[in-house]
Amino acid sequence: MLNAAVRDALASAVGARNVLSDPVQLRSYECDGLTGFRQVPAFVVLPLDTESVAAAVRVCHEHGVPFVARGAGTGLSGGAMPVADGVVISLQRLRRVLEVDAVDRRAVVQPGVTNLDITKAAAPQGLYYAPDPSSQQVCTIGGNVAENSGGAHCLKYGFTTNHVLSMTAVLPDGEVVTLGGDTGDQLGPDLRGVFIGSEGTLGIVCEITVRLLRVPETVRTLLADFPSVRAAGEVVSDIVAAGIVPAAVEMMDNLAIQAAEKAVGAGYTLDTPAALVVELDGPAAECGSQFEQVKAICDRHGCTRLHIAGDAGERAKIWMGRKAAFAAVGRISPDYIVQDGVVPRTRLAEVLGRIEEMGQAAGLRVANVFHAGDGNLHPLVLFDEDAGELERAEELSKGIAELCVELGGSLSGEHGIGTDKACSMPRMFGVDDLATMDRVRSAFDPGKLCNPGKLLPTPRLCGERPGRYRPHPLEEAGVIERL
Amino acid sequence: MTERTEPGFDALHPPSRELLDDCVHCGFCLPTCPTYQLWGEEMDSPRGRIYLMDLAERGEIELQGAFTEHIDACLGCMACVTACPSGVQYNRLLEATRPQIERNVERSRSDRLFRSGIFALFPYRRRLRAAAIFGLAYQKLRLNRLAERVLPPRLRATQALMPPVKLRNAFASLPRRVKPDGPVQRRVAMLSGCVQDVFFHEVNVATQRVLAAEGCEVLTPRDQGCCGALGLHAGREDHATKHAKRTIETFEKLPVDNIVVNVAGCGSSMKEYADLLADDPEWAERAKAFSAKVRDVTELLAELEPRAKRHPVKAKAAYHDACHLGHAQGVRAQPRAVLRTIPGLDVVDLPEAELCCGSAGIYNMVQPEPAAELGERKASNIRAVNPDLLVTANPGCLLQIGRYLDGDIPMFHPVQVLDASLRGRPLP
Repeated sequence: MLNAAVRDALASAVGARNVLSDPVQLRSYECDGLTGFRQVPAFVVLPLDTESVAAAVRVCHEHGVPFVARGAGTGLSGGAMPVADGVVISLQRLRRVLEVDAVDRRAVVQPGVTNLDITKAAAPQGLYYAPDPSSQQVCTIGGNVAENSGGAHCLKYGFTTNHVLSMTAVLPDGEVVTLGGDTGDQLGPDLRGVFIGSEGTLGIVCEITVRLLRVPETVRTLLADFPSVRAAGEVVSDIVAAGIVPAAVEMMDNLAIQAAEKAVGAGYTLDTPAALVVELDGPAAECGSQFEQVKAICDRHGCTRLHIAGDAGERAKIWMGRKAAFAAVGRISPDYIVQDGVVPRTRLAEVLGRIEEMGQAAGLRVANVFHAGDGNLHPLVLFDEDAGELERAEELSKGIAELCVELGGSLSGEHGIGTDKACSMPRMFGVDDLATMDRVRSAFDPGKLCNPGKLLPTPRLCGERPGRYRPHPLEEAGVIERL
Repeated sequence: MTERTEPGFDALHPPSRELLDDCVHCGFCLPTCPTYQLWGEEMDSPRGRIYLMDLAERGEIELQGAFTEHIDACLGCMACVTACPSGVQYNRLLEATRPQIERNVERSRSDRLFRSGIFALFPYRRRLRAAAIFGLAYQKLRLNRLAERVLPPRLRATQALMPPVKLRNAFASLPRRVKPDGPVQRRVAMLSGCVQDVFFHEVNVATQRVLAAEGCEVLTPRDQGCCGALGLHAGREDHATKHAKRTIETFEKLPVDNIVVNVAGCGSSMKEYADLLADDPEWAERAKAFSAKVRDVTELLAELEPRAKRHPVKAKAAYHDACHLGHAQGVRAQPRAVLRTIPGLDVVDLPEAELCCGSAGIYNMVQPEPAAELGERKASNIRAVNPDLLVTANPGCLLQIGRYLDGDIPMFHPVQVLDASLRGRPLP
C-alpha cells in the first residue's frame, strides 16, 4: 500500500475531491472490459484538466509509482487494468469538445469524449469522424488513440492513426508536449504515429485534434444471407477483386446472428448459417452501379435472402445489431471471451474451418463476428465459468490468436495486446523486434512507470525464453500473480 | 434494527447470482447513466454498481459505507436497461438491493427521520391535502423566500418542488363512474394516485373525459390508496407489498378490461406487482392477473381507434419521456402517436432525451444536489428546442422540471392536450 505522502501529493495535484482511496470504490476500477484480469489500484485520480493530469503524472514520477490511464474502461485486452500499488488516472472528467472547425474540417477534443460524441458535435456541419469501433457510443477518443482503434468502416477509411492530426500529450515524467501538427505531412520521425497504438505505454493524451470528413452523399446498405460461411467469404473476395472498395463488409455466423437478433431485433434471419452486411458510400451514381455489382456477386454465390435497408432507420437497426453483437452474446452464453486477430483475406475460409475444428476438440462453441473486408476476425469463445470451462476457453482463445499468426496474419486487429496477449508477442516478433520496441518505449519512459506489464512481454511474466506462455512455478504455487 | 456483522447481503432475496452474471462489463450503459454523466466515476455507473452488488453477493464487501452511498445515488431511471445489449435486468437487481440496505444499514438519525417523513406524507391523500392547505398559506405568505435562506438543503429542495396550490382542486373528488359517449368500447378502472389527485387533479379529470370521449366506461373507486410505487423504488419492501395488496384488492373486484393509470411511476410499479408478489402463494396469481391488465393511459388510447373529433391545437410541443414510462415500461411510441392525432400540433423530441430530469421518485428530495444539476440540464435541453409547451406523463417530472423552467414554458400531461383538442378549447 502506498503511503500517505503520495496521497497528499496527489490531492494537491488534482484536488482532494478528485482522489479516490476507499477500498470499495477502488474495487470498481479493478478491471476494464476484460474482466478475467483484475488488480485493485492504490488510488484513482480524476483530474479536471490537462494541467492536473500532468501534475498527477509528475507525482507518480517523483515517487516512482506506476500509473495507468483509463478512459471508459471498455478495452478488451486488459490495457487499462491497474497495476498493484499503482495509480489509475481516469480521464472521465475531461469530456469536452473544445472546438469544431467546419472550414478546416477538424475538431479538438478532450480524451474522455466518446467516439460517437465527436460525430454528434460535427453533425450540424455535415461532417463526421470516420473510425467507428463497435463500442463507439461509449469508448473514448483517448482510448482509441491508445489502441489505434478501427471499426467496421476502416476498410475504406483507415484506422485512428489516419484521422488524428496532432495531440497534446503528457509524457511519463509529466512534461506536456505536442505531437504532430495541423498539416498532413510532418517533417522528421513521426512521433505522433509512434504514440498512437502504444497502448498507454508512452504517456497520456490530453487534447486531440482529429480530422472530420464530409458525410457521404449516398449510403447503401444490404444484408445478405448465405448457405455457408465459405460462400460468404468468397463473396468478400469477389467484391474486392472487382475493384470495389466498400465502406464496410461485415460477416456474422449463425451463433452471432442469433445473439444479435435477440438483443436488437434487426430483422436478421435466425437460421441462416452466415450473413454479410455490405455498405457502399460515395457519390450516388458510383454507389448505385457498384451496388448492382455487389448484388450480382451475392446471387452468384447462392445468396438465400437479400435485404436492402430502405431508410436511415433500417440501416441504423442493421448496424445496431452488428455493433451490439459482442455484448449480445451474453444472452446465449453465461461467459465468453472476445478474441481479435487478423488473417490475409484469402485465408478467411481456411481459418474459420480450423477454428471450428479447434472448438470441437475443446468441446466449446465459437461464434464469429468479423470485419471480413480486412480479414479482422472476432471469434467469441463461449463457455461457462461455473462449469469449470474457463481454462479450456482461455487456451482455445489463445490458440486462435496464434493460429492467425501462423497463417500469416496478426495477433490483434484493433483490440490491442494489453495484458491479455503480451506473452504471445514472441509468436509474432523476433527477439530483435521486441528489443527495438522496448528501446522506443524506454526513450519515452526510462523508469517503466507508464502502464507497465502491457503490450511487451517481460521475462518476469512470460518466462525467460520467447515462446508459449507457461505459468512460472511461483505463479502456480500462488506466491506471485500475473500483473 | 440490528447491524449486521458479516459483510454482504442477508439471506432474504438478495440480488440473484443469475441476474448478476448477465452483466458482461461492456460499459454500453455508461453514457446513458445520469450520475455517470455528472461525475464520471465508475462506482456511480450501472456497470460499477452491478460490480459492487456482485462483490457484496460474494460477501467480499460491506453494505455500510461506500456501497450504500453509491446505491443511494442511483436514480433508478432505468436508462441503463434500455441501453444494455446483454439484457441485464438492472431494475430487478436494484429492487433486490435496496431492501437489503434498508434492513441492514444504520442510517444517520436525520436521514432516517427525513425518509420516514416522506413516507408518512406522500402516499396519503388526506395528509397531502393538509399539506396543501399549509402550502397555500406558505406561498401566500411568501415563506418560501425565507425557506431558501434558512432550511437545510433537503428540506429546501422539498419545499421548492411544491406547485402553486389550488385548494378547490386539492379537495375535489372524482366521479365514481363516467359513461362513454356512445357504445362502450372498453371498460376500465382508473388509479387516481396520491400526488396526482391532490396537486394535479385536473389531469385526472381530463383523463376521465378523454377516455369517455373515446368510448371507455371509466370506474374510479373511492376506496383506493397509494399503489406503493415510492416504497418499491426506495427499497421499502413492506410498504410496497402492503399497498400493492390493497390496490389489487380494490381493483380486482371491478368488472373491467383494463386498469388505467396516468402516472408513469405508478404504472411501472403496478406492472411489477407480479414480480413483487411472486413468492406469496396467496397473492401470486392475483398479482399476475392484475399486472396483465395495467395500461398507461397513452398506451390504452393508442390501442383504441380514435373516435372523437380532434380540433386543431396550433403549437410546438416538446415531449419529455418520463423514465418510468420510456425506460421502465418501454412506452415511447404511444404517447407520441396519441399526440400526433391532434391536428396542428408539432411534436418534437429533446436532445439527451434518455437522460433523467432528476425527479426519480423521492430522489430530488433525498439527493438534492445531483437532482438540481440534472434539472438544470433538462431545462436547458428543453429551451434548446424552443417549444410552446412541454408535455410529459408523470407528476414527478412536472414538479421537477417546473422548478427549473421557472414558469417560462407551460407544461401539460398528454391527456390534457388531447382533452383540449377534443373539447375545442384552448389549453388551460
